[in-house]
Amino acid sequence: MSSEHIDEVSGISTTGHEWDGIRELNNPLPRWWVTTFYITIVWAIGYTIAYPAWPMLTSATRGVLGYSSRNHVKNELAAAEAAKAKYVAAVESKTVSEIAADDALREFAVAAGGAAFRVNCVQCHGSGAQGSKGFPNLNDDDWLWGGKAEQIQQTITHGIRFASDPDTRVSEMPAFGDIITADQIAQVSTYVASLSGLVRDARLIEPGANVFAENCAACHGENAKGNKELGAPDLTDAIWLYGPGETAIAAQVRAPKHGVMPAWIGRLGETKVKELAVYIHSLGGGE
Amino acid sequence: MKIGIEIVALGLFAFMALVAAGFGVDEPFRQHMWVLFFVLLGFIAILLRNTSFAPAAPVDPSAYMDGPIRYGAIATMFWGVVGMLVGVVIALQLANPDLNVEPWFNFGRLRPLHTSGVVFAFGGNALLCTSLYVVQRTCRARLFGGDLAWFVFWGYQLFIVMAATGYLLGITESREYAEPEWYVDLWLTIVWVAYLLLFLGTILKRKEPHIYVANWFYLSFIVTIAMLHVINNLSMPASFLGSKSYSAFSGVQDALTQWWYGHNAVGFFLTAGFLGMMYYFVPKQANRPVYSYRLSIIHFWALIFLYIWAGPHHLHYTALPDWAQTLGMAFSIMLWMPSWGGMINGLMTLSGAWDKLRTDPIIRMMVMAVAFYGMSTFEGPMMSIKTINSLSHYTDWTIGHVHSGALGWVGMISFGAIYYMVPKLWNRERLYSLRLVTWHFWLATLGIVVYAAVMWVSGIMQGLMWREYDEQGFLVYSFAETVAAMHPYYIMRAIGGAMYLSGALIMAWNIAMTILGHQREEEPMPGSIPALRPARSGAR
Repeated sequence: MSSEHIDEVSGISTTGHEWDGIRELNNPLPRWWVTTFYITIVWAIGYTIAYPAWPMLTSATRGVLGYSSRNHVKNELAAAEAAKAKYVAAVESKTVSEIAADDALREFAVAAGGAAFRVNCVQCHGSGAQGSKGFPNLNDDDWLWGGKAEQIQQTITHGIRFASDPDTRVSEMPAFGDIITADQIAQVSTYVASLSGLVRDARLIEPGANVFAENCAACHGENAKGNKELGAPDLTDAIWLYGPGETAIAAQVRAPKHGVMPAWIGRLGETKVKELAVYIHSLGGGE
Repeated sequence: MKIGIEIVALGLFAFMALVAAGFGVDEPFRQHMWVLFFVLLGFIAILLRNTSFAPAAPVDPSAYMDGPIRYGAIATMFWGVVGMLVGVVIALQLANPDLNVEPWFNFGRLRPLHTSGVVFAFGGNALLCTSLYVVQRTCRARLFGGDLAWFVFWGYQLFIVMAATGYLLGITESREYAEPEWYVDLWLTIVWVAYLLLFLGTILKRKEPHIYVANWFYLSFIVTIAMLHVINNLSMPASFLGSKSYSAFSGVQDALTQWWYGHNAVGFFLTAGFLGMMYYFVPKQANRPVYSYRLSIIHFWALIFLYIWAGPHHLHYTALPDWAQTLGMAFSIMLWMPSWGGMINGLMTLSGAWDKLRTDPIIRMMVMAVAFYGMSTFEGPMMSIKTINSLSHYTDWTIGHVHSGALGWVGMISFGAIYYMVPKLWNRERLYSLRLVTWHFWLATLGIVVYAAVMWVSGIMQGLMWREYDEQGFLVYSFAETVAAMHPYYIMRAIGGAMYLSGALIMAWNIAMTILGHQREEEPMPGSIPALRPARSGAR
């Protein structure tokens, strides 16, 4: 069907072909389009000369700039480490209390520990270290195993009830569902709840106090203030790991849950653990 | 007897599926074979009802074969709504993880259902039916191979059903956009080769001296997808009666093969194929000649030559050797203008018919498609630049980029083509309602704008939060904090997606009513009285 044909609207000739009524105008390539295309090609050639690009038989051209992404990241990491080297060396050689006492060093350790916390700890303790049910809040001054910087360091290093670390912190509250009666559990739960709030049935408090003295005081103390040597929580401060109220307390008396925290020393190393300890100690509740 | 052999063959396959359902070595495979068995039984039932013992009526060799195209248009609409609905569901799951329903409807299984659903089921059916429509009309030839087109259509639907049910059962190769396992891959290979024969055979028997540009693009799409599909899915089944296979590639070679496939699935499925669609339906709807024949040649060859090398830009700053990353980026930058060649030809074809933007919502839809095509083919090369990629990679920015291309370009051009084709395929004077097309246009456009803008903000914020260091050189945010910060954007994204879906639902209604032969009583579009005017009388 090739024949001379001019499009009426634009006045431009067509290629003379027609498919199902569609024709094609004989417009040239737009100049800006060609120019830009050429520029990108020239740029691409230059870029592949500058950077590693063309594959040869056994390796590839290295590029005149000598760039390699391995070296690039290696240099960036080295620079970052060099910038921190002075502080890291100081953290290594000092105890956590000494670090906390030195303003500049503490500021560094808190920043470093905070970064490590956000990567390793937030999964359980929350991104604000606020904890959740079964995972302690680290901002308050209620400490199961002690809130001094060294005690925190010990906890992070060896973990809690972490079987593969021989120095891990261990304690286990017996399941009192097998030891005392259901009535006694109800009584002692009411008593414990009464230490920090209102209860449903005040008549249970007095017999509960007796149950407590006979069964619980050995670990939690006669005044129920807890014992950090044993990881026995303070029962008077209205802070509850497994929830407030008689029902939650009774469940914990009957068949206690025992939280586990891993030992971090193998994964993070001593310096990072120290920084974490200083950071957590700085959160507000440190003793 | 007509279609007797087909029924026997299907019965044989159904029996084999039953055997595999009994002797399969893993539970998901056995379940999947039960699905196949019942689907094949369904096919047999349909065929039996259509069996006739009378001699087949002679086919008019000059008439176009439009049966499979009509089915294809309906399938496009159906899978489009399904795929987009799943998209809205997983968007809501991201905003609210409680919506994960274990095990079949969790995010991990629904996500490939969404991507395959919209790309291969919706996009694939749109390409299939428009390519068969276009190739017949631009070659003035009936489809090659008798009932081959029916085999391709139903074979492709079987692939879709097997892929989709496999995902829900937890059967996956874990290769992005190529998740189906080995036996489904083999089936698709057979169907795809039949599609190639069908298309090529029709081109060979054409009565036009030249091959129209739309057919170059369709053909490059069919050929390249065949190559990509076969190589990316090279794998060894652990058992021929089981659902697990192992890839022929490992490590970084595997990653590169995967992204060579993944990138060119975008390049040849979602770009070249739909450019073929554009090159027919835009000039037809605008009733104007294509702007430049020379541009179409140059940008076609430049596009298919350059696209195939750009895949490594998906693996910047990974174990992939530096030289491959450099080349991936260089080829992506050179790809910018060849991609824009299609946009120029699409938009400039409207010169002399710009007034139709006011009066014809279908043209408006096509123009919006080409505009989004231009935008995302600029954004793509830009994101392939390593310094930009170091911020954008792994963030929602990538999701936004994909969707401005997928919703804006692929979706809108397909909608335009279906709106054009359906009245002609069913011999209707016009669509049920042009007003509803306008509604669809605005819902879809606003939905995309919300979606893409929200994902830009969310993605760039995410990238910046990930790399935020304090003055001591330590990371500022935990990962969970970056997730929490994205929550409001995830809700807005779901709203954008829901707007797009509601547009598609309006379209499905409009198309269904058109097929049923109804015409809505409505005010004509302003300036279009009594019907759409040809461009000539309006412009000059």
